[in-house]
Amino acid sequence: MPVRILTGNQAAAEAVKLCKVQVVSAYPITPSTSLTEYLAEWIERGVLKAEYVRVESEHSVMTVCVAASTVGARVFTSTSSHGLLYMHEQLHWAAGSRLPIVTCVINRGVGAPWSIFNDQQDSIAQRDTGWIQLYCRDNQEIIDTVIQAYRIAEQAYCPVMVCYDGFVLSHTMMPVEIPDADRVNGFLPPYKPHTILSQEAPRNINPVIFPNQRRDADGILRDGYMEFRWKLQHALEGARDVIVDVNREFAAAFGRDHGGMLWEHKLEDAEVCIVGIGSIASEATMAADILREEGIRAGVVGIRSYRPFPRAEIREALKKAPAIVIFEKNISYGYEGALCADIKAALYGTGVEAPVHNYIAGLGGRDVKAAELADAVRSSLADIAGGVRERQTWLNCVTE
Amino acid sequence: MPEKLFKINPKEYILPGNRTCQGCGLSLAYRYILKALRENTIMTIPASCLTVLHGLYPITSVNVPCLNCTFASTAASASGLVAGLAAMNRTDTTVVAMAGDGGTFDIGIQALSGAAERGTDFIYVCYDNEGYMNTGTQRSSATPIGALTTTTPVLTKQQNKKDMMKIMEAHDIPYLSMSSPSFPVDLYDKFVKAKRIKGTKYMQISAPCPPGWVFPPKETVKLGRLAVETGVVVLYEIEDGKLRLTGRSKTLAEKGNRAPLLQYIEKQGRFKKMSMEQLGKMQKWVDTKWNEYIRRAEE
Repeated sequence: MPVRILTGNQAAAEAVKLCKVQVVSAYPITPSTSLTEYLAEWIERGVLKAEYVRVESEHSVMTVCVAASTVGARVFTSTSSHGLLYMHEQLHWAAGSRLPIVTCVINRGVGAPWSIFNDQQDSIAQRDTGWIQLYCRDNQEIIDTVIQAYRIAEQAYCPVMVCYDGFVLSHTMMPVEIPDADRVNGFLPPYKPHTILSQEAPRNINPVIFPNQRRDADGILRDGYMEFRWKLQHALEGARDVIVDVNREFAAAFGRDHGGMLWEHKLEDAEVCIVGIGSIASEATMAADILREEGIRAGVVGIRSYRPFPRAEIREALKKAPAIVIFEKNISYGYEGALCADIKAALYGTGVEAPVHNYIAGLGGRDVKAAELADAVRSSLADIAGGVRERQTWLNCVTE
Repeated sequence: MPEKLFKINPKEYILPGNRTCQGCGLSLAYRYILKALRENTIMTIPASCLTVLHGLYPITSVNVPCLNCTFASTAASASGLVAGLAAMNRTDTTVVAMAGDGGTFDIGIQALSGAAERGTDFIYVCYDNEGYMNTGTQRSSATPIGALTTTTPVLTKQQNKKDMMKIMEAHDIPYLSMSSPSFPVDLYDKFVKAKRIKGTKYMQISAPCPPGWVFPPKETVKLGRLAVETGVVVLYEIEDGKLRLTGRSKTLAEKGNRAPLLQYIEKQGRFKKMSMEQLGKMQKWVDTKWNEYIRRAEE
């Protein structure tokens, strides 16, 4: 398989081509734009046989994806930050429609005030829209995860966000192995829509629905609104197995295992477990290595699937943790980092009594170096030794 | 006239019984629209009175496949259907987006403008009942001056109606039309024509609304006729930039016997607080538009 030097956005575009996407719709926004530019060029040159709908807003982007997916086309889009926020209504609509739309979210901070730089507030804020959220730590993972995302989406009938950090990955070049096209064809069968809009069997898709179940014209009791919601929840919960299986199959076919729900780095004997999502988690592996050189046994858990949340895997990974340090590029205002809250909730009732320190880091592109992460872990370990069980620290930020 | 009715497709696409209000102008118009479009049509509709007509899950009163979409997204939803069908090689399907005046003049205008600018091959229908009627008669930018709505409950609406036809014409689309369910053959003919034309077709329909306009349900057809007789609604089409008056409006223009606006106004409870000044202002608006149509039709 050929290795090329690609940016994250190029890697994602290559994956879209390999997946033979049939409809692309996009609206320009930094840092997602270049990904959609590659696709536009390939479609205009005939390299990728697909429709490209150049709409006037992200709200329309996701609408186009919903409608095109409904009639059976494999669809793709990508966006960032305010573009994703502008789609918010349609994200709910896509998930409620149970459509296997794949969207790359190139993570960027959210205004006001404006920032074009990276953090994960945009996608974390879409946590409860019913989308599967997968996060990537490098460009190889981006190309591989987009391919996996279509398998997962079309098997679970749930839309998938493939999230990766703006500029840090989207505009940084790395060696990327391009999967063989024939093997991708074998790995990813054609998309079969769950419903066909046709004259032969006219349907009214997504009409008004009552709270309770209701009989159809043939007297059969059909779902009420709440059953629809439960089925979406059930599908997301069930998607855990799909994500793990697809990753395993991918590893067998292509020789690369990115972890199913999460990945681990030197966790076995760890006296402190660092947890993160995306590129900050891969940076944490460098911090862990620095700490290990000093004799501090640090390990890392990288969250790959944020929704569905790796409840069981987190419990397993952190069950022996004497101390937990969480780095994340988002904040749930008035509380703590969203990941921290979710991890604490996952550990409830398991007997894990480890102190949990939460670091809010890298918001709006504020630089965080591996050495600074290592410093943070050292400072947390000192505090933990002094009995400080909980702490929220804004890393590299003036807070006085 | 009766022989003209015989050419209308006898097949019914709206099943007997639906949830619209008595005397619903939209319901009447929709029946003829679907007859004209026939088989192989896919509808996409936002939250609106039309959603109510289509029925509550798991029952529908319409025998045509339909994709419901969010309020602001109707024309984008049609664009997605067109792109998806093209990708699936199903290019013989007519894609129709249909929304009310709120969904078109207001919240849906951005997506509609985008789809029209791209020349998306679809029919966009705006049934204009001059307000947010599904939510109980709130003011929209299509509401006429002097009308009471629940959001202009004391002072009435202060502005004239937005000229959406002009906005859509500015997109240089191949076909636009204005019609009324009180003249079903005229409406039917326009949809038969629109189906044959490639590109974006914008079809506006004046849909009298008994509860919103406050008149007895049995008067719907009569009120729709009065709207045309007074020139408040003008039946016309614009094909490749050429405006042509049609049906009763054409006859009115030829004979020059347009009725005064007051005859239309006094039949509706929503205008009960309309001032003489507002009436004069609306009459002037109607006259100006009418003269413009006549001038353009003669070009």
